[in-house]
Amino acid sequence: MLKKTFAALALGSMIFAGQAVAADYVIDKEGQHAFVNFKISHLGYSWLYGTFKDFDGSFSFDAAQPEASEVEVTLKTASLDSNHAERDKHLRSDDFLNVAKHPTATFKSTAVKSTGEGTADITGDLTLNGVTKPVVIAAKFIGEGQDPWGGYRAGFEGTTTLTLKDFDIKMDLGPASQTVDLIISVEGVRQ
Amino acid sequence: MQWRNSSDNYGLVSIAMHWLVAIAVVGLFALGYWMVGLNYYSGWYRTAPDIHKSVGILLFGLMLVRVIWRFVSPAPSPLRSHGRRTRMATKAGHGLLYGGLFVLMISGYLISTADGRAIGVFGWFEVPALITSIPNQADAAGLVHEYLAWGVLIFSGLHALAALKHHFIDRDPTLKRMFGRADDHV
Repeated sequence: MLKKTFAALALGSMIFAGQAVAADYVIDKEGQHAFVNFKISHLGYSWLYGTFKDFDGSFSFDAAQPEASEVEVTLKTASLDSNHAERDKHLRSDDFLNVAKHPTATFKSTAVKSTGEGTADITGDLTLNGVTKPVVIAAKFIGEGQDPWGGYRAGFEGTTTLTLKDFDIKMDLGPASQTVDLIISVEGVRQ
Repeated sequence: MQWRNSSDNYGLVSIAMHWLVAIAVVGLFALGYWMVGLNYYSGWYRTAPDIHKSVGILLFGLMLVRVIWRFVSPAPSPLRSHGRRTRMATKAGHGLLYGGLFVLMISGYLISTADGRAIGVFGWFEVPALITSIPNQADAAGLVHEYLAWGVLIFSGLHALAALKHHFIDRDPTLKRMFGRADDHV
C-alpha cells in the first residue's frame, strides 16, 4: 500500500517534470541533534521529564508538498533515562514498558495533513509495549538549509499525548498521571 | 553462657548474630516481596524501600562483624557423631549461605547506587556509591538480586530443615547448640 503510494508519487513527479521531489533525510543520530523526550505529571504537582537515548529514523520532506512527507522512527525502549536509576529500572520493568519483551518501539507515518503555515498533523502507527495504535503527532517545521559543513538539514518538533492504559501499561500512577506527552524534536541530514 | 565460642559450644555473640541475621534475612525477603507490588499511592511506597535498604546495609555490617568474629572466636568443633560427609556438606552449605548473602546484599547496593546516589540508612548516615559503570547496572543487579533472594531464602529453608533433621531424626545437639542449650551433650 505504502509502496504503491510511493510509486504513484514517484511517477507523478516524473510526469509533472520540474516539480520538486521530496528529499530524503536521515535523523542526525551521529551528532545527536534529535530527541525523543517524554513528560508526565507527578501527582498533578510537577512534570517529570525523561528521554530515550537510542533511536534512529528517517523522513522525506519537501516544503512545497508537505503532505507527501513520510517519517519513520525506531527506538530502543531500554535506552530510557529519567535521571534516576531506580525509577528507570522500574520504568523498564513489566509494570511499565516491559523492555525485555518489547525492546523496540516504532512510529511509521500513514498520512500527513497540513494544518497551517509550517504545521502539520502526522498520523501514523505507533507500536509501544507490543501495542500498535494510530496516533496523531502535531508537528511544527522549525527550519531548513545548508549547514556549515557542506550538508543540508531540516528540523521538526512534534508532540502527541498517549494514554498509558492504551498501551497496556499496568502501573497506575494516579488520576493526574493517566497520560504522557511525547515531545519529538529531530534534525535530519539530507541524503 | 560465655561470650566467646568454646570448642564444644557456641557463645552468646555467635548465637545472637546468627538469629539476628536469620530474622533480618526472612524479614528483608518478605518486605522486598511486598514492597515491589505496592500501589503508587500507598503510604509505604517510599518508606518500605527505605527501610529495606537501611536494614540491608546494617545486615551487611553485621555479616562483616560475623565473618571477623569467626576468626576472633572460631566456631566449635563439629559434633563427633558427624561423619566426614556431613562435615563437608555443612561447610559447603554454610559457605554458600555466607557467599550468597554477600552477593545478594552487594547486588542490592548496586541497584540503588547505579547513578551515583548514596543510600541513606534511617537518616543516621549515608553509604556513598562506589561503582556506577557496569553496563545496565540497575537492571543487571536487579536481576541478580531477585533470583538470588529466592535462592538464599530457599537455601535458608534447607538449612533450617537440616537443623530440624539433626534434632528430631539424628537426635544430636546441632540445633540445641544454636540456642546455647547444649550442656547435656558431649
